[in-house]
Amino acid sequence: MEEIRVLSPTAILGYGFPEESFRAGLERRPDVIAVDAGSTDPGPYYLGAGVSFTDRTAVYRDLSHMLKAGRDLSIPVIIGSAGGSGAEPHLQWNLDIILEIAQKEGLSFRLAVIHGEIGHKTVLQAFDAGEISELPPGAPLSKDDIINSAHIVGQMGVEPFINALEKGADVILAGRSYDPAIFAAVPIMRGFDPGLALHMGKILECAAIAAVPGSGSDCMMGYLGKDHFLLEPLNPARKCTVTSVAAHTLYEKSNPYLLPGPGSIIDLTAARFEQYNENMVKVSGSRLSPSPFYSIKLEGARAIGYRTFSIAGARDPVFIEKVDEIVRGVEARVRDNFREIPVEKYRLLFHVYGKNGVMGPLEPEKRISSHELGIVIEAVAETQELANTVCSFARSTMLHYGYPGRISTAGNLAFLYSPSDLKAGPVFRFSVYHLIRVADPCALFPVEIMEIGEGRG
Amino acid sequence: MKVKLTDIAGVIRSKNAGPYELTLDIIFKEQEWYRKIKNSSAINRPLISRIYNIPAGDILDIIEFDPAGAIKITVKRPLISGDIGETDVYGAQQHAPLLGLELEIDEL
Repeated sequence: MEEIRVLSPTAILGYGFPEESFRAGLERRPDVIAVDAGSTDPGPYYLGAGVSFTDRTAVYRDLSHMLKAGRDLSIPVIIGSAGGSGAEPHLQWNLDIILEIAQKEGLSFRLAVIHGEIGHKTVLQAFDAGEISELPPGAPLSKDDIINSAHIVGQMGVEPFINALEKGADVILAGRSYDPAIFAAVPIMRGFDPGLALHMGKILECAAIAAVPGSGSDCMMGYLGKDHFLLEPLNPARKCTVTSVAAHTLYEKSNPYLLPGPGSIIDLTAARFEQYNENMVKVSGSRLSPSPFYSIKLEGARAIGYRTFSIAGARDPVFIEKVDEIVRGVEARVRDNFREIPVEKYRLLFHVYGKNGVMGPLEPEKRISSHELGIVIEAVAETQELANTVCSFARSTMLHYGYPGRISTAGNLAFLYSPSDLKAGPVFRFSVYHLIRVADPCALFPVEIMEIGEGRG
Repeated sequence: MKVKLTDIAGVIRSKNAGPYELTLDIIFKEQEWYRKIKNSSAINRPLISRIYNIPAGDILDIIEFDPAGAIKITVKRPLISGDIGETDVYGAQQHAPLLGLELEIDEL
């Protein structure tokens, strides 16, 4: 085969795509439809709590188009980082959607489910064997963080996907995946250059974000040849330009020349980006250099308490001028009122929008020049009850706080809602973001084969 | 000569690069401006340290990327993405200090 075509419908499964773009992609006879369903960007909550950051109805809609097209063209459909974070509950959530679509649309196919959750025991054994290393600037891993993580996942490389394809999978639903691997597995299995395949995958995983105007909810096609690949946005309103594609290579990476992944590093020091025609870009020279060890990136999140918060505004110029002093005064009042509660049992925070609510310690502008402020009063505590107590008390104290020079003696805050205090439930933090060394790239990722529908074959 | 960064860059943005790192991209409108800024080393560690008020040791890398005509600065996040007290989960709004920059460059 001289060329292989990979269709990427959307940047994240559930972010959507225009049907016209998708149809244009199918008319170009793709060899595989692949989609990335996840990211750590939305923060630790989704991994820890086992819920998706994308919406079920939106994921159903995207997958319905993709699964039908896959059966019509008899080509594989591959979904990586199921349910956003790719742990077991996310995978089951996405599996349930696939089963519902198959039943409703009368589809039959062989489904491979690749699990991506890594058991605590496996991680602990690797920890004791010295097979886990940190990713600076992250700190070394601790046993406490392993044991207390709600979920730990590993970013699988191309090998588990190839394993599933060799078992005859028509559809692959995979747990947490190294994004480019989702797109590169079929090309690599069919003998295409892995450096080019993974670099193409790195761009396709964000679909039309690499075009101008960029979009996370539109389709992109990748054409991989022997010594280069081409990128084509499938909406005539978009173009790939050398700058848009090269600039995308920078996106969310600390070093755009060397992109480390499972078992290897994509080396772009000799990569060339050329305008192929009006809306397509040609890329060549991307290489793969093997890593000294095959390592999988682990991600974990642990519960650290419960959150309650309150949103309020301030419009009084004297209050605005004295806001730092008022915040300190309210904090002191809360600490004093609940002096029998050890301080390590709760955190009380004031986010002052209009001052440094967005940048916190990185904010260089010290002056407040706004005529109004937005204030989020936040409490995080060991229990939801304690978080409620602290937030409620801080809220009422700030509302009636008597600061020097006060004119508006009826109340200091404009509350946005009733109830003013909102319970946000459990709070998680990233507890694991480390590398685990493995001998077999497939060992952590068991494949389960399921025959879906009737009369298959 | 002095130039405003916003006059010569088409893209100035910030984003997470994993939960520990914040990465700032400056993509220049023209290769010529990119080359001038690169040659004059006008974007450097002391400058980033000063405008973000962070120790030089927290600046992990400043990389010039010729294919995109871009300079990339990666810094250690003050707090891990989504941690208690952290204020920008995606890291998408930490670019503003770059917008006011005026750079002194040699005329080449």
